[in-house]
Amino acid sequence: MQSTLFHRMAVGLTSLMISGLATASDWAERSDHNLRPGVTAVAQEVHGLHNTVLWIVSIIGLLVFGLILISMIRHRRSKHPTPATFHENIFLEVLWTIIPFIILIAMAVPATRVLIELDDTADSELTVKVTGYRWRWGYEYLTYQDDNDVGVSFISSLATPPEQYENPVLSGGLFPYGTAKDRVGTPPQDKDHNYMLEVDNPLVIPSGQKVRFLVTSDDVIHSFWIPDFGGKKDAIPGFVNETWALVPEGEEGTYYGQCAELCGKNHAFMPIMVNVVTQDEFQDWLAQKKEEAAAAPDLTPFESLDAAMEVGEKVYASNCALCHGQNGEGGIGLPFAGDDFAIKPEHREEHIHVVLEGRNAMPAFKGQLTPKDIAAVITYERNAWGNDSGDLIQPEDVHEEE
Amino acid sequence: MSTVAAAHDDHDHHHAPTGLKRWLFSTNHKDIGTLYLWFSFAMFLAGGFMAMIIRAELIEPGMQFVDPEFFNQMTTVHGLTMVFGAVMPGFVGLANWLIPLMIGAPDMALPRMNNWSFWILPFAFTILLSSVLLSAFGHGNPSAPNFGWTFYAPLSTKYGPASTDLFILSVHMMGISSIMGAINVIVTVFNLRAPGMTLMKMPLFVWTWLITAFLLIAVMPVLAGAVTMMLTDRHFGTSFFDAAGGGDPVLFQHVFWFFGHPEVYIMILPAFGIVSAIIPTFARKQLFGYASMVYATASIALLSFVVWAHHMFTVGMPLAGTLFFMYMTMLISVPTGVKVFNWVATMWRGSMTFELPMKWAITFVILFTCGGLSGLMLAITPVDFQYHDTYFVVAHFHYVLVSGAVFTMFAAAYYWLPKWSGMMPNKVLGELHFWNSLISVNLLFFPMHFVGLAGMPRRYADYALQFADYNFWISIGGFWFGLSQLFFLAVCLQCALKKGEKAEAKPWDGAEGLEWEVPSPAPFHTFDTPPVVK
Repeated sequence: MQSTLFHRMAVGLTSLMISGLATASDWAERSDHNLRPGVTAVAQEVHGLHNTVLWIVSIIGLLVFGLILISMIRHRRSKHPTPATFHENIFLEVLWTIIPFIILIAMAVPATRVLIELDDTADSELTVKVTGYRWRWGYEYLTYQDDNDVGVSFISSLATPPEQYENPVLSGGLFPYGTAKDRVGTPPQDKDHNYMLEVDNPLVIPSGQKVRFLVTSDDVIHSFWIPDFGGKKDAIPGFVNETWALVPEGEEGTYYGQCAELCGKNHAFMPIMVNVVTQDEFQDWLAQKKEEAAAAPDLTPFESLDAAMEVGEKVYASNCALCHGQNGEGGIGLPFAGDDFAIKPEHREEHIHVVLEGRNAMPAFKGQLTPKDIAAVITYERNAWGNDSGDLIQPEDVHEEE
Repeated sequence: MSTVAAAHDDHDHHHAPTGLKRWLFSTNHKDIGTLYLWFSFAMFLAGGFMAMIIRAELIEPGMQFVDPEFFNQMTTVHGLTMVFGAVMPGFVGLANWLIPLMIGAPDMALPRMNNWSFWILPFAFTILLSSVLLSAFGHGNPSAPNFGWTFYAPLSTKYGPASTDLFILSVHMMGISSIMGAINVIVTVFNLRAPGMTLMKMPLFVWTWLITAFLLIAVMPVLAGAVTMMLTDRHFGTSFFDAAGGGDPVLFQHVFWFFGHPEVYIMILPAFGIVSAIIPTFARKQLFGYASMVYATASIALLSFVVWAHHMFTVGMPLAGTLFFMYMTMLISVPTGVKVFNWVATMWRGSMTFELPMKWAITFVILFTCGGLSGLMLAITPVDFQYHDTYFVVAHFHYVLVSGAVFTMFAAAYYWLPKWSGMMPNKVLGELHFWNSLISVNLLFFPMHFVGLAGMPRRYADYALQFADYNFWISIGGFWFGLSQLFFLAVCLQCALKKGEKAEAKPWDGAEGLEWEVPSPAPFHTFDTPPVVK
């Protein structure tokens, strides 16, 4: 690594930053007031740069404020009744134009170096396509070492239950909605340590290998951000952005991130969770995932309407309720409760088709959910909340439509 | 015809219009200025109320008061109301009142257009805010604009609520109003200066507003273009911002920020002018480096056209583009630094007293510098990848906009209220307003740096637990700051209702400028015969 005078100064100043030391010792402990030191080499350089710049601006600030304070004390009318009359000084004015310029160049040099490093996505061993959806992340493993067709993909959603985050204190107005209505006045459930950060299916990557993320979106702009990996990259519909991370061996563990670009109602509810494991563990995990993916979809029919309803209720809660309401009352999406679409038999095929392929703002769930889950959730939507259409959709029906 | 007009003017002269007609049909720069200022203050309170809803929801983790959808509407409309309703009309109001008085002109050059440019605004905001009322009383659907004040596509186009069209219409109206206001300033400054008032003798407030007016004329049409493209994308089958039709969502951001960055300077350059008037008055010493102030303002304005992409470093621009925008952005700190150093040098070895306008002005210099320094940090692209879209950014722009732009408007109000109303602002209320605002604004915005660095993204309705402690104090600061503004309302009412101590023509012994040569309150018509400036 290049070691400029500036870099050494940065390291020296960094060690002075107590907060930096406190968090560096324990990755699990989260800073509440300063930038996380980062786990990848480049994230640590970004952190060093942050500390350097923070020191520079703090010193400039203190100098300026010090001068103002001295002036306010010494040059007040009671102490200094006759004002001076100077109102220009070419030497001073040139000086305070040139000195900031030099300081800027001193900051621009290391910044440029780190930026070039961050931009270099070449020679990665694992490529993962990251897709932002409203409001969950999709991960698709594209290539790993010599394998150019990994074919493993899954969806990752918030795992914090609504009982923890819906704590309505008012009984009317805009909030509470859906099932939160029943919780008005009840004491809120204790929040987990990883509240608003935990997900059902975390991203898994190996340590010691460069991972390239291809970031895109299915709907609006999201931003893929894991602070410990050193920065964020926007997920833009129709375009693919690149970023990368190389977590050193010995730093295995769980890292968290959040969506960092306003993407609609549940922007705050689509965290990122990354499990960094050793290469051996990763290969085992990947092999297992490939096996699951290769297996033919489970098309065993549901034995009864109730059996399908039971599965469907869970699928609905984690995939549909955000838009269609926890009780099918609608919201961003159309309502189901008492709606012809979810009751009349002529809409049955259309219902399956829309869930699979999407329509307007409604995302396509083909590939996100198994035929069995889709069948269950459609059955649920057509029978819950008094819809009672009696329709039992079987996985085979969904598979045919696919 | 001319005789009739002259006779009519003469008639007005002796019987100033009264009642509703005086305000509705006003072509008088002082009345229109007053309308602008009250409008701005009303919008400040309305936008502040929305901020309180935001802070109430964020006081602890979990969703307690509003649902995330309404939360997004609040952040969006709060931003739009403050930018287009409070800060911009506030400065236009000051321009209306002060520019003719400062350059010795009888009125603004285009008085009827002046009337129109004000009266568009209440309608524009009725349209915008009606969507919020519909949302608040309509069970969350229909929704008010919910895509952030930056209204990025496709969130605001393909995924925008129906009220997006109301929003587009109101932005068009605000744009027309701003452009007309800007034209009026330019025409007035170039044509109606008193004999002897050369450009380089103009007060800095006039200079900064002249430059601001050019910025407005350059960028408001760009904003209009952006919302028009949104409109055709939404309804007429175009695909400017939709990749599926060959467009590009990032194009929206380029167009928006080509407007948006100069807009930032539109909201701060007049503030520089105000502070450059107040500090010399109370330091009893001429402004240091007048010429370099003018050149610094002009170079900030020029640079503001080549830095826009620093708002979008994370969209995945080519390395060369990113570097260009990083260097240009860093460069802006040079002329800005010159200004701060000039103010400090003006105070240096002066003979200072700390009346209310001076208190606000010095607070501005310090807190604006804080915001400027965090802006310099944000310019460093690799670290911006961490700061971007976090509360660090929220802290930065509130330091420059609230303790920057808004505080200078308070400074201006305390400084010129004697001239406007003929009354001295009540000192006790004023001190209460100042000290409460000073402490609470820092409690409100300083910890935002911390939660932002620790990783809290902006526009989050709910957050992870490590952010809880600071958010509690931020919310307390927010309510405190909001309530403190009621002291200012009391001061304004006290002056408007002519209670308290009467003001002299020149209430500040160190003040200089033509506006202090007319009586207080300034008569309905001033400088009918232009003064001669030596």
